[in-house]
Amino acid sequence: MTPLDDTGAGGRPARTRGARRLTEHRLFWPAAVLAVLLLGNLALTHDFFAVRVQNGHLYGSLIDILQFGAPLILVSLGMTLVIATRGIDLSVGSTVAIAGALACEHIATAKDPGSLSTVLTAIALAVGVAAAIGLLNGFLVARLGVQPIVATLVLMVAGRGVAQLITDGQIISVSSSAYKMIGGGYWLTLPFAVLLAAVLVAVTSLVTRRTALGMLVESVGGNPVASRLVGIRAAGLLVMVYVVSAVCAAVAGLMISSNVSSADGNNAGLWIELDAILAVVIGGTALTGGRFSLGGTVLGALVIQTLSTTIYTLGVPPETTLVFKALVVIVVCLAQSPVFRARLSRRRRPAAPDPAPAAGDPAARRQEVHS
Amino acid sequence: MSTTLTKPLQRFSARHAARLPLMVTATLLVAMFSVGSLQYEGFFSAQVLLNVLIDNGFLLVVAIGTTFVILTGGIDLSVGSMVALSTMLTAWLVEQNGLPLAAAVPVVLLVGAGGGALMGWVIHAFEIQPFIVTLAGMFLARGLCYMISTESISITDPTTTTIAQTRVLLPGGLFVSPAVVIALVVLALAFVVLHHTRFGRTVYALGGNESSARLMGLPVGRTKVMVYAVSGLCSALGGLLLTFYMLSGYALHAVGMELDAIAAAVIGGTLLTGGSGFVLGTALGVTVLGLIQTIISFQGTLSSWWTRIVIGGLLFVFILLQRLFGGSRTEH
Repeated sequence: MTPLDDTGAGGRPARTRGARRLTEHRLFWPAAVLAVLLLGNLALTHDFFAVRVQNGHLYGSLIDILQFGAPLILVSLGMTLVIATRGIDLSVGSTVAIAGALACEHIATAKDPGSLSTVLTAIALAVGVAAAIGLLNGFLVARLGVQPIVATLVLMVAGRGVAQLITDGQIISVSSSAYKMIGGGYWLTLPFAVLLAAVLVAVTSLVTRRTALGMLVESVGGNPVASRLVGIRAAGLLVMVYVVSAVCAAVAGLMISSNVSSADGNNAGLWIELDAILAVVIGGTALTGGRFSLGGTVLGALVIQTLSTTIYTLGVPPETTLVFKALVVIVVCLAQSPVFRARLSRRRRPAAPDPAPAAGDPAARRQEVHS
Repeated sequence: MSTTLTKPLQRFSARHAARLPLMVTATLLVAMFSVGSLQYEGFFSAQVLLNVLIDNGFLLVVAIGTTFVILTGGIDLSVGSMVALSTMLTAWLVEQNGLPLAAAVPVVLLVGAGGGALMGWVIHAFEIQPFIVTLAGMFLARGLCYMISTESISITDPTTTTIAQTRVLLPGGLFVSPAVVIALVVLALAFVVLHHTRFGRTVYALGGNESSARLMGLPVGRTKVMVYAVSGLCSALGGLLLTFYMLSGYALHAVGMELDAIAAAVIGGTLLTGGSGFVLGTALGVTVLGLIQTIISFQGTLSSWWTRIVIGGLLFVFILLQRLFGGSRTEH
């Protein structure tokens, strides 16, 4: 998969122009990968696309992918905004664990675990604490100017300890039908988690794309110096994206813990930050910040979930998914690397001018801009 | 962004800035040991300190490799997985393929160094962020562990178990494991390489300012590749030491060790933006992490997860320190 490798060629016949426009659309490659994965599954299991109705609920492999992918979609959603500002949020996995632990602890110790008010308080508690986590990350990044990877590393390390502190090292089980609804329930025949994720994705894209907010985020990530010179206040925006990321992670944590009706401080959301970063990168948002694509991220998250499902269907040990993920990361990153693309196109047209120094030059120039 | 806050403090001690976190760490170490000695019976002994080294010798080796990478301004997230892969590979070669340990060790070290060099090459040649490349390496190494076996492989090979049980006796009835000796040798080597060789100087120059280093004609690409190779080699060696410590190979060994290694380097005063730090500080950092574990186990009532919380808190404090003193690089 080497997308955009022929962009420099030019002078194509008019007939292929439509196809080119299609392949150059930013959602084309994630969508194509998803389609290939799904079709591959169809070849393996013939009733893969079958969706049947049972007890008024929709069932089927596709629905499963959506339902199990919903938490990842949410975490990736917040991560997209953070990455668009040239940041990274490594603490989302811990936030997932903390949110689940807080909510389950609250429900398990409440007098009436089934009541709606208990569940709502639990949700408010989890989301509130997550917002505080986001504020802390945002403060470190925006006010103190700490590198995002380091700032969020603190909570990545400490957060899981905090989650275990809340659950006292145990796995807390809850029996609350109202809480079960979030991650395991159905509404209008669809899994509630899918609807919730869809609503949050829709709200986020409305807020970022119908207002100037999205553009401001992109400008802060694309060129911090220029955006400061035109008078954009980066600090507030940075804090905002980290808070959004943490809140998204908290909702994902509620989903995960609700789906299994228990909170596991040790394993809930383990490595989800890596999956989320992967989803964002597959979705076409560059790790160097700037333009982001929420639609691409959703597709990216679905690609990862489908990949996991495929591995299960293939019958190979599910742990080997990691190897495939590694290969996907490398391929996607190489495809996004300007140097790699330049080399590739140079190889195709050996007569092209401007040889060796081109590899070094852009890096040097780019660094001078940053420093 | 926070120039108003940090300016006066920087002016105060531009020269001592780099050493300050190191001094704080040393003070912290003495304070922790004193408090521990006052608080708990049997804490005040040299053997307690040596036990910290015995339990963390492998972490020291891994953290030294990480220090090299961080000094160039990069980051290596693959070290934990690489450690796990080394334990797995050793166990697999020795136990299931009947290879003598002496033959397995070079293979493991070669895999580590080769993997690291490969990642360094990708980072340099294609200008991809080290973070994402080593993330892929992390996935790959962990996945390869599972491809070897999803179960833990315990080691019964006589040579390995003999080495694992060997104690190096010191005067005064004290003892350490051979792993500690190896770790200290690596530490000494790293110190010499960083401070007394051309390669070491280039590492610092690269972390200070990559463009300047390139303009000065320093071999930027080669150094970058080598730094990641060193990190990979250290992880592989750390993995071997962990194999002796655990006497098993398992894909879930050393989960999150990359965080401990980074934390040790940061607590030891290495600037995460690169260009400034000491490998001896990393050794102090590892000792601090080890002492935290020891104190928590001496306390008895505190659970193991407090270790993570305290390490996170320490990391937070030291990152703040780095910002306040001498961390002005990202500002302009």
